[in-house]
This record gives sequence, structure tokens and C-alpha cells, in this order.
Amino acid sequence: MAAPLLEVRDLVVEFPGRRGTLRALDKVSLDIAPGEVLGMVGESGAGKSMTGAAIIGLLEPPGRIAGGSITLGGQRIDNLSRRQMQRIRGKRIGAIFQDPLTTLNPLYTVGDQLTETMRTHLDIDAADARRRAVGWLEAVGIPAAADRVMAYPHQFSGGMRQRVVIALALCAEPELVVADEPTTALDVSVQAQVIALLRRLTREKGTSVMLITHDMGVIAETADRVAVMYAGRVAEIGPVKSVVKAAAHPYSAGLMASIPPLSHRVDRLPQIDGAMPRLNAIPQGCAYNPRCPHVFDRCRVERPELLPAVETRAACWLFDSHAPRERAHV
Amino acid sequence: MSAIARAWDSDLAYSFRRSPTAVLSAIVALICIVGAVAAPVLAPYNPFDLASLDLMDAFNPPAFMPEGSLAHPIGTDDQGRDVLSAIMYGARMSLFVGVSATAFSLLLGVLLGLLAGYAGGTIDAVLMRIADVQLTFPNILIALLVDGVARAALPRDLHDQIAVYVVIFAIGISDWPRFARTVRGSAMVERNKEYVLAARVIGIGPARIMLTHVLPNVLGPLLVLATLNLGLAIISEATLSFLGVGLPQTQPSLGTLIRVGNDFLFSGEWWITVFPGVALIAMVLSVNLLGDWLRDALNPRLR
Amino acid sequence: MSEAKALEVPIFEARDLSRHFDVSKPALQRLLSREGRRTLRAVDGVSFAIPRGTTFSLVGESGCGKSTVARLAVGLYPPSGGAALFEGQELAEARKSVAQRRRMGMIFQDPYASLNPRWRVSDIVAEPLRAFGIAEGAAALREKAGALLRQVGLSPADGGRYPHEFSGGQRQRISIARALSSNPDFLVCDEPTSALDVSVQAQILNLMKGLQRDLGLTYLFISHNLAVVRQVSDRVGVMYLGRIVEAAPAETLFTVPRHPYTRALMEAIPDLDMAGRERQPVAGEVPSPIDPPSGCTFNPRCPLANGRCRAERPALIAARGTPETLVACHAVEEGRDGFEGRAAA
Repeated sequence: MAAPLLEVRDLVVEFPGRRGTLRALDKVSLDIAPGEVLGMVGESGAGKSMTGAAIIGLLEPPGRIAGGSITLGGQRIDNLSRRQMQRIRGKRIGAIFQDPLTTLNPLYTVGDQLTETMRTHLDIDAADARRRAVGWLEAVGIPAAADRVMAYPHQFSGGMRQRVVIALALCAEPELVVADEPTTALDVSVQAQVIALLRRLTREKGTSVMLITHDMGVIAETADRVAVMYAGRVAEIGPVKSVVKAAAHPYSAGLMASIPPLSHRVDRLPQIDGAMPRLNAIPQGCAYNPRCPHVFDRCRVERPELLPAVETRAACWLFDSHAPRERAHV
Repeated sequence: MSAIARAWDSDLAYSFRRSPTAVLSAIVALICIVGAVAAPVLAPYNPFDLASLDLMDAFNPPAFMPEGSLAHPIGTDDQGRDVLSAIMYGARMSLFVGVSATAFSLLLGVLLGLLAGYAGGTIDAVLMRIADVQLTFPNILIALLVDGVARAALPRDLHDQIAVYVVIFAIGISDWPRFARTVRGSAMVERNKEYVLAARVIGIGPARIMLTHVLPNVLGPLLVLATLNLGLAIISEATLSFLGVGLPQTQPSLGTLIRVGNDFLFSGEWWITVFPGVALIAMVLSVNLLGDWLRDALNPRLR
Repeated sequence: MSEAKALEVPIFEARDLSRHFDVSKPALQRLLSREGRRTLRAVDGVSFAIPRGTTFSLVGESGCGKSTVARLAVGLYPPSGGAALFEGQELAEARKSVAQRRRMGMIFQDPYASLNPRWRVSDIVAEPLRAFGIAEGAAALREKAGALLRQVGLSPADGGRYPHEFSGGQRQRISIARALSSNPDFLVCDEPTSALDVSVQAQILNLMKGLQRDLGLTYLFISHNLAVVRQVSDRVGVMYLGRIVEAAPAETLFTVPRHPYTRALMEAIPDLDMAGRERQPVAGEVPSPIDPPSGCTFNPRCPLANGRCRAERPALIAARGTPETLVACHAVEEGRDGFEGRAAA
């Protein structure tokens, strides 16, 4: 594999609060290669959006990076000032959020917003930026782009607005796009169009994508590799096919199994009992141990690192080849 | 955990302990309130006891001035009344009018606001237009109007007897739209929440839903508004009394004291008007700062 | 009502049910801009019946009117046209009697909005008990609430806590306990799992299926998720812009979908088995229900649309080839949908 574009190493994000400090991300490590789409999945509160926010430097206060590093193309970006980070955002990292209205400024036309972004980050003149803005709207499939460039965000439908956001995220030709639930607010039929678009454009430009979503279907058809998060940690990371079809970590396996199939009816869906622990009550050892069907003594004491599993890397003691398994029962 | 320990441990109490402004204003407000409410017990003299007044004591300056004496720590007025005692009794009056007027507008505003917010349609439109019209007049004008009507309609001694209630009504009636608007807004939001729908599916009636489901959920903003309004109501009363259309001299409030003392300001007896003024500012400012803190503390976005 | 008759009469029936909303601007503005009244036909002539002990699902995209049907079915809105019948009786009439009203309940989508944040869980669960006079006195209410909480997989001790102390899935269990407390026969479930994480969704779906088996419940199930609908339904109606475009037994609908919209919807769903392959997006977006297209409302997005589809509204009739399926499509009626060819292949 080529040198990764993005390297996250042992990233720790903490929220200081009155009842002690909450650890929202606990030693998260992952890489994204140039042109690769990395899917991030997990339940709400697992830390997938938090990881994205840390990378684009938009952690909500009082959240802060308390350890580890984020490197983009060899440059550390986790310790930059707000000003420096602002320059990186847009130029080198684009962002797409669930609600397009949070990204688009309602007071400016979409054309103004595109030209503004391009002129801030690229060395081009006004006329060129204008021309490119129309080109981008065409590229994301806005009909009559030459006229629509003068329209305001509220004059677009939800699906069209998300297309504009994609154009805005990509127009400064960033190396990485962080897309946080880009299709969750859209209907299924429109979702497919937007995902196809995002995939086509990023492939054409060779842009890397971090695709954060709770929708395994979207991940399955879009991502090259996928990271499964649980309680602020990466539980498993590997090629998308392996994780979807042959997950090694008991949590990812349970998560995949609990997705209701469209192709047939089952009498009882496989379910994971209980719920993900709150950040202030993460158990010792493996965070998943109280819900895990394969739990043994070591899981309750010692936290597993990512270990090579069959086709993926999983944070699970079942895959520790050095120590004999001391399973109580399976 | 006991109820007190739980309250001490709550997020609100924690945010209070962390805010020096809140603690300081709470202390000042507490001194003002205790001094006012317990005036008959705590005040060194009874300013209404004519027998104890002696004109020989008139215009005594505060104790820290050359001719002052510790008997009257902040001096006496033209009648020989102890200014400190007069302030405590006056603050009592101001506080009574302020609290009563606020309670009156709170009650009226909550009732009309809930009605408008939940019923919607024509009832809402009519009530809110009335509120809109009323909001276009300065509060003090409405209070002056009510007071003027009461003066013209009632015989003089009857008016003096019930002057306090006229003032309470005048201030209360001019402040209800603010409460009504807040409650209406919240009621319209809560009305469409699924827990209200759940109650409707069960068949719970609108009045009961309003009181048991919606009202408890709008109490937070109401509490903030009531606190801020209390300060304003005290100011309104002081303004009316200062203009001579508020409380009669037989029942002086801080505003009355300031007006009476104002006559002596330029003849050198400044303490007669300045100390009631300081007391008024301390009371209103501390209550307002508490209200501001409460608003921020209850706002989940700022937490 | 005799036993035999009770079995025949569906527990809930919608007959040509409609609900229109007035979305006009205020009267003065309308006068100034010389605009007429504008009506949103959220539900426009929907008919279906739910036999006792079964699950009927309505599926469709946002704005198709499925949630409005849910609210019509428990009497939160009066119908603008047609009728909603509870055991053959007009719903508004049935809801006047406490004995009938307690037999229906609703489970909502958002577990964060469906529980009053200022109430203790035991009070929330006991609200119907109190309202219907099923249990009285603090001790009896607490005991009954505790039993209900146990029934949905929580502990009776949870009754003393407040909603914010629970996770989304736990809150949905509380919501179910509240709906069960009046011992109902008919539950309307409006997207009960769409706000939940997938592993929790499985828990709630299993719980709901178990309760249906144990208590003989009848569900009207509203969802936008076809896979979820497949798991719970006996019969499914697909809605588009306020109308049912296809209704069929679940197995039939998912194996041989007939309406072009149903087929497009299924093809648009990302399937986990085809990791890495393209899905077929439906062209265009859902039009505004205030100003729907003439004729068949799906015609602007439909690959099979012709002049008749643009002019004439299709009726919901038995489909050629799969008579169990009711479908509102001229192409299917005329045999233009290529069904015979597909069936042969």
C-alpha cells in the first residue's frame, strides 16, 4: 500500500466536565490511503462523528484532543492554531454534513459560495471561478446549472441541496473529504443518487473519503475499507467485504447479523442484548465484555489492541496468537 | 441521598456556586428581602409612629458626617424620621407591589398564553393581537392610564385606601403580554410533541394536558421571565410613585421616599433621597442579575 | 357482538379515507396577492382493512402520508373524507366510549419526544391506567406499572427514574409499556424503530413480535424501511403522495413487486450481499403534495409512463398475473410492464 494520506494514531478526545473528564475517543488509530473510501460505522455515541470532527478540527467545546496525533500528507494537523486549521479546511479537507442547511449560507447564492470557496483556496480570478462554479453544478447533476448558479439554497430541494454541498466540499480540490451522514436526511430513492454521485466524483479526482454513517448498506456499496467503532474505540477495521460478510470481532458480527434482511423473513432477528455503555461507565478491559457471548476472564481485565484476525484487524483477545485462549465457555 | 443533598448536587446549584455574580447578587437580594420583609422587627424606629417623631431630630445628617449621630446611621428626613427605617418600610412596600404585580401578570399571562397556544386559530389570533396592541404602548403609559381612570372614578379617600391595589393592577395588566407570549410559544412547541399526542390518544382532555403536561415543561423560561419582570415591576412602581401617581405618602414606597427627598437635594440634605435610591438600585440590580444568571443556567445550549 | 362476527369484522378499516390540510397563506395576504386557498392532500382516498391479530404495514418515503394515516387511525385527526372504522364502528363514535378507547394505542417514532421529560417513568406508564380507571391508588398503580416494565424487559425499579436516564431503546420500551398498559387490541406503530440504532432495532422488533404472539395484538405498522417491513408484516401497502399504489401480502409484495414505484424502491435499497455493486437510483424526487402531477402521480418519474398515465388516475385493482396484489398502475393493467416476460424467464 502507498503511504497513507491520513494517519490517525492513538487519538484521544476528552470532555472535561464537572463530574470528571469523559473520554469520548480512546486511542483511535486508523489510516486512509490516497483515493480510498474508509467507512466509519457504529451506534450513535460510539465516536464515529467525533473522529470526523477531530480530523477537521471542529470538535465542540469543551471537547479537546488530549493525546495521539493526526497527520495529513505527512503534516501534523492536530496541534494547529484555529487560523491554520481554517486554511486546511476547504483547501485540503472538505466536509459534508447530514443537514445541508448547516453548510450552506442562506444569504448567498450557491454560485457566490462556490466562487468564494474557490477563490479563497485556489489561485484563480473571478471569471474563472464563475465558470468553474457552473461546471461544478453541472458535475453534481443540477439541471440548468447556468441559471441555477444564481439561486439561493432555499430554492433547491433536499436532494439538490446535498448535491450543492458536495460541489462545495470538492470545488477546492481537497485531498480528503469527511462526509458525516451525508444521506441520512434523504429519502431512499434520492440517497442512491447522492451516494453514486459522491463516489463517481471522488473516484475521478482521486479524493480520499471518510464516510461516516450508521447505514451499513451505504457503506457496503461505497467503502473500500470499514472501521467499526464501539464506545469510543475502534473494534475492528478491514476490507468492507470481510467486515460485512465475515466480521471477526463479536460486536461487528452481532451488528451485521442484527440488520434485517430484505431478501427473506426471519422469525427472530439476531439481537445484541443490552446497550452500549455510557462514556462515564465504560467497563474495565474490553468495552464490549458485558454483552459479548465469547467473553473470558482476560476480557474483563485487559484491554485488547487491534490484533490481526482472519481478514481484518480486530480488538479482541480471541485473536491473540501469543496467549492461549482461556475461554470459560463459548 | 436526601432531597437537600440532591438539590446541592444538581447542575443548577453547581452552576450557581461557580458564578461569583450569582452568589453576590443572591446575597444582596437576600439582605434587601430580609430587611424589607422583616422591617417591623429589624428597623430601629417605626416611621409611622407619629408619637415617636420629633421635629428637633429633622435633617440630621448620616453618622459619618460631623453633626451625625449613631442613633440615625444614615440621617433623618424633614419630619425627623429615621431614613434607614423609612427605607426598610419603603422597600417592604416596593417589594410587595412588585411581587404582587408580577404574580398577577404571571397568572394572567400563563392562562391566556396556554389558551392561545393550545387552542390556536381565532382565539389565538384575537388574544395575540390584543397583546400586540398593548405592547406598542410603553408600560408606564398604561399604568398611568389605569391609575388616572381609577382616580377619576373613585372618591379621593377610597382611592387612597385602595391605591396599592390600583398600582398592582396597573403594573400587572401592562406586563402580562410578555408572559403570554413566552407561554404561547412554548405551548405551541410542546403541543405537537409526541408525549402530548400520546396523552390525546388516551383521551385526556385539553385542559388537563395543558396543566399536567405542557405547563411543567414551560416553567423554566417562565421562572426566568418572572425574575427579570420583578425588577422591572419594582422600577415601574417607583416611577409611578416618583411622579406622584403611585402610592400615597401614608404608605410610602422607595419611589415615594425618593420623590419626597428630591425636594431637599439642592438644599444640602442629599441623604434623604440618595439612600432610598441606592436601596432601589441594589434591590433591582441584584434581582436582575439573578434573572440573567438563571436564564443562562437554564439554557442547555450555553451549558 | 357474537364470536363469529367478531372474527369477520376487521379490527380496523379505512374506507376511501382522506385527510386534507389547509396550507393557505393568511386571509389578508391571500387577498393582496390574489391567491386562492391551497390544500395539501396528505391522504387522498386510502382503503385497507386489518384483520385481528395481523400486521398491516404502510411503507413509503417522507411526505407520502403514511404518518397521517397513523394519526387518523387513532383519531388524532378527524378524516376530511371517507371513513375510519374500528370494528365496523365509526372511529370518532367508538372513541367516545372509554371501554373502546382503551382498546387502541400508539407507539411513536421519537423516543426522546414521546415521554414527558418532567414525569417519572412509573407515572408515564400508569397514565392510561389512571385515565381509564383500570387501577387506582398509588400502590396498585406502582405495582401494575412495575409489572408492565418487566413485560417489556425493564426492571420495576426503573419506574422511579426520569426518561433522560435511559437510552433510546429503553425509552422505546417504556413507550411500549405505556401503550400496553390499557390492555389494548390494536396498536398503531409510527416508525417505532427508525430513530434507533440497528442492534437496538432488532431488540424492539423482536419484542413487538413476541408481544403480538402472546397478546394477540393487531398492528398498523408505519415505516420507510422495506427490510423492517418485510420482517413484521402480514400485508403491506406502498404509499406514494397520499395514495396506496400497491397492496399485497408481504411475501408476494417482496417476491413479485408490481408497481413501477415499488420496484424502483426495492432496487434503490443498498443490499449488503452486493458489496461493491451499483444500485439503480430512481430518477427525480418526490413532487410536492400541494401541487401533485395529474393522472398517476408517479408519472414524471416512471419509465413506463405514457399519455394515459399523465391524464387519468389509475384505480387500485387486482393485478394481471398476481391477483392477490392490488395495484394502481395503467401499465400493469394493460400488460405493458413486461411482467409476463419476466415471469417466463
